[in-house]
Amino acid sequence: MSAHGLSGPRVRLDRLPRRRRVNTSMEALAWLAAAIGVGILGVMVWSIASKGWSALNLDLLTKPPIPFSLTNAPQGLSNAFAGTLVIVALATAMALPVGILVAVYLNEFAPPSIRSSVGLVIDVLAGVPAIVVGIFVFVLLVVGSGQSAIKGAFALAILMLPFVARTTMEVLALVPNSLREASLGLGVAHWRTTLSIVLPRAAGGIVTGTVLAVARVAGETAPLLFTSSIAGTQTSWNPTHALQTIPVAIFELSESPDPKDHARAWAAGFILLLFILLASLTARWLSARRTRI
Amino acid sequence: MIEPAVRVETRRQPMPPRERLEPIFQVEALDAIYGAKPAIKGVSMDIYKNLVTAIIGPSGCGKSTYIRCFNRMNDLIPSFRQTGTIRYHGQDICASNIDPVAVRRNIGMVFQRPNPFPKSIYDNVAWGCRVLGMKDDLDERVERALTQAALWDEVKDRLKASGLSLSGGQQQRLCIARAIAVEPDVVLMDEPASALDPIATQAIEQLMLDLKSEYTFVIVTHNMQQAARVADMTAFFSISRGDEGERFGELIEYDATAKIFTAPSDRRTEDYVTGRFG
Repeated sequence: MSAHGLSGPRVRLDRLPRRRRVNTSMEALAWLAAAIGVGILGVMVWSIASKGWSALNLDLLTKPPIPFSLTNAPQGLSNAFAGTLVIVALATAMALPVGILVAVYLNEFAPPSIRSSVGLVIDVLAGVPAIVVGIFVFVLLVVGSGQSAIKGAFALAILMLPFVARTTMEVLALVPNSLREASLGLGVAHWRTTLSIVLPRAAGGIVTGTVLAVARVAGETAPLLFTSSIAGTQTSWNPTHALQTIPVAIFELSESPDPKDHARAWAAGFILLLFILLASLTARWLSARRTRI
Repeated sequence: MIEPAVRVETRRQPMPPRERLEPIFQVEALDAIYGAKPAIKGVSMDIYKNLVTAIIGPSGCGKSTYIRCFNRMNDLIPSFRQTGTIRYHGQDICASNIDPVAVRRNIGMVFQRPNPFPKSIYDNVAWGCRVLGMKDDLDERVERALTQAALWDEVKDRLKASGLSLSGGQQQRLCIARAIAVEPDVVLMDEPASALDPIATQAIEQLMLDLKSEYTFVIVTHNMQQAARVADMTAFFSISRGDEGERFGELIEYDATAKIFTAPSDRRTEDYVTGRFG
């Protein structure tokens, strides 16, 4: 007879104390695992913020760096922030339409054999290391004609494409078939059904996937080292020139002997982290808003 | 003499004599196959204009597969194949020069589960008209379709509300309004009342009786009382076994509804309608 159990004529509860002990210890382990995950992120954010604190001010965003500066004149990384904005925006503009069209074709029009084989190709593309994409674009576009932000954006677009295509395919698969049938049953053409019924229904998920893809490539360094790293210190928005970017700036500043440069690298890292956090929150908010309708 | 489990009501008008009926569909030796698995085999029957034709039978006899052949809805299933012919006003709807979109434009469909678009009540009905180029007097068109579907009085004050905010029965009537707003020739109904309560069911049955002078209805139903109440002609499908033990659906008997329910000529129909089987 157990101390906690309510025994009936048929039910024996002599193993109940052991089950309770196992339950408690599993709960504790799960709690610990969650705490480790949150803890690592917390320590990282705190350490990055505290190391970059001295450089974390408005000048970082608005003033360009001054090379070999011996004075205390305020300097920042405005060139890198502008470059990252230009390159990520261009990469999104390249990858988004192609990724969505690939997903629409595979999910709405392709026969199952093509869907699975092209799906596999997309998965392989998603697994190609960023540095390999970088060297590929370097050999394809940069050798002989030099670096530019457009070429960097192209490399990032290659990284974004499978991500956008996969997430779009997943949300398209979630659109109930009954909606497609409702539209087709009215005598509406397939393309019109896809455009007016299926895509609007999936729009929230596509936006979420895109925001996450943007956050992911905003921190990519390797492809940009090959394609858009030999850049001036002036703030420029011209995509035909190589532009400095945040990840590349962090990489370069970390090799500098000046501790002020280190602080600026940490501060830039912190802002990149904030950007990714903000992007994830936006994505969550968008998808939550979508599911409410 | 058999005792029918279903009392055949007589509120329908008497059916015109068969020789005066005009066949709208002529089905000949229709086989429908999913991959290697036959769903229905050897179905031949005529479906007549401006009548309600019911298709009844036990679960798994291929009723839904069959009705979806009439507007080529099965084209969406990659493993689906079909042999035999279905002629609509004399034209083979599966001929290579026929666009399935044109087939579905003529032959509308209401599905088993209400599937309104995630749009307003008004747009649910108006969208199809707009896309199909019937843009004149849209408001009037929407009102007429909703009135015909016996929904207008319930929704006329909230046409901007989401179609998904309606109850199940109202949603299904909205889907019927959507289907008839684009003025098809035939309306196929695949168990339209299976998810509805008796009052909503009655509204939909009444609507078919009211509209059959304008449309031809083909309805799949699990509910024999429903077939007896609304249908002029009834086709009974059952599951048969082939030589190698494979199961497939087969048309057992097709006749005037009164005959199917009171004096069926096949033993299997009799067993089914008297409730001894199925």
